[in-house]
Amino acid sequence: MEIDPLIFRLSIFILSIFVGYYVVWSVTPSLHTPLMSVTNAISSVIIVGAIIAGLSGNSESIFNTSSIFGFLATALAAINIFGGFLVTQRMLAMYKKKKRDKK
Amino acid sequence: MMSSNLSAIFYLVSGVLFILALRGLSSPETSRQGNLFGILGMIIAIVVTFLSIGNYSSGLVFVLIFILIGGSIGAFIAYRIPMTAMPELVAGFHSLVGLSAVFVAISAFLNPEAFNLGLPGNIKLGSLIEMSIGAAVGAITFSGSIIAFLKLQGIMSGSPITFKGQHFVNAIILISIIILIYLLCSTQSENLFWSLLAVSFLIGFLIIIPIGGADMPVVISMLNSYSGWAAAGIGFTLENTALIITGALVGSSGAILSYIMCKGMNRSFFNVILGGFGATEDTSLNLNKEQKPVKSGNADDAAFLMKNASSVIIVPGYGMAVAQAQHALREMVDTLKKNDIKVSYAIHPVAGRMPGHMNVLLAEANVPYDEVFELEEINNDFPNADVAFVIGANDVTNPVAKTDPQSPIYGMPVLDVEKCKSVLFVKRSLSPGYAGIDNDLFYKENTLMLFADAKKMVEEITKSLD
Repeated sequence: MEIDPLIFRLSIFILSIFVGYYVVWSVTPSLHTPLMSVTNAISSVIIVGAIIAGLSGNSESIFNTSSIFGFLATALAAINIFGGFLVTQRMLAMYKKKKRDKK
Repeated sequence: MMSSNLSAIFYLVSGVLFILALRGLSSPETSRQGNLFGILGMIIAIVVTFLSIGNYSSGLVFVLIFILIGGSIGAFIAYRIPMTAMPELVAGFHSLVGLSAVFVAISAFLNPEAFNLGLPGNIKLGSLIEMSIGAAVGAITFSGSIIAFLKLQGIMSGSPITFKGQHFVNAIILISIIILIYLLCSTQSENLFWSLLAVSFLIGFLIIIPIGGADMPVVISMLNSYSGWAAAGIGFTLENTALIITGALVGSSGAILSYIMCKGMNRSFFNVILGGFGATEDTSLNLNKEQKPVKSGNADDAAFLMKNASSVIIVPGYGMAVAQAQHALREMVDTLKKNDIKVSYAIHPVAGRMPGHMNVLLAEANVPYDEVFELEEINNDFPNADVAFVIGANDVTNPVAKTDPQSPIYGMPVLDVEKCKSVLFVKRSLSPGYAGIDNDLFYKENTLMLFADAKKMVEEITKSLD
């Protein structure tokens, strides 16, 4: 009997939870704020769904209810992607090792 | 057009890059490289999506325009936001993840053909279940984060809002969500889909209003987790590996952070979620309390004490962030170091309004991260230090957590500030902290209270040190 593809996705999901568990425990507490902003940015990979939705209109009707929601979702996810990665970058740049005597 | 097998492999690659992005955060040295992995993963996912659709109608232009608009807003915010506003920013970003999950679910529900999920009114059962769970969790994340944002921003009062029968109402709503999902899946009715969204928005709002301001670290972490589960739900609907992996990572990351924050307050997760902490005690405690003597001093006294010390431990808290005193504090420390005084910083896990909040503020003020220590690392050093300089922290230093089983914060891990030879306490007044309890530390022999705005006080001390 063939296995439902859902089971494969479920396996990926469960294993990723475990990967996440171990990876996140190894994050140093001083970087917990950047951790939150970067998880924010990566969870906006939901933009792939938004793009599919935005491109779902055919050439006669680019704007239907479904694609409009897609466009809006694209914009929201893009705010998060750019905002999330850039603000993380900005924070991490502050954690550069500094010379002690440098003022 | 890219074959779906090939694109699935690329999505897997981007999922792996996201794992590496989080992995990089295990130390400050590797963290920047980690962030680049994350960005690369995102670029791969987006490009592959465009290539695999292969439908370049004029809709493409609009998608690109919207990415550009969103991207510029995001970049603008990222460059302009002050570091003290990080908790609000993160809460705001969570709400956007939630809302975009809702929007994607709506378009998938209205136009399932575009996602290969069947026909409108006849969506594959499995997809419909995944979609409705993703939409419901996304809606909860959205409205919950909005409330968290308003509370952090101070637009809405940080004190818990409770009413009679609150838990009962919440329970009813949660059950109705499950019933709605069940009915939706059996009838495919559009109206039920909208009702599900409405009810989910409502419950997100209701869960967060009873939670008080100082519990925000838990709330933000929890919403972080929710945004991950919402993304995963949508990932199952879209059969997209990158989204499923990311959702699981973010979901577990938020859950771990919530756990760490709860442990930092010695409270169970449910205790925080059910809310109302500190609201009941306030009135009774401030009454019939005899005035105990406190020693208060000025900047010169503080400067004198620290100048004669050989080691100083600084304990920053949320008050430092409010007063924007981190830069002034660093200048004071620089002066101390010039006088050959050893200075380190002690950070309590729940100092500030989000996990790691104090560390970021200190990093912003150019404090080297190897001078900043977590509670477990530094707590044994207090007896050997000459001066503890508490700035903007209160409850996390309260010895009552170790001595009085009646206290609401009993059992919470605290910094052993009282073991220092002398304690300097910068505070605006004697008012109790968030937990609504008096701090015994104020009345100790070796404590000197410095009543002033944190930033002004630190600046004055720096002047008297010179």
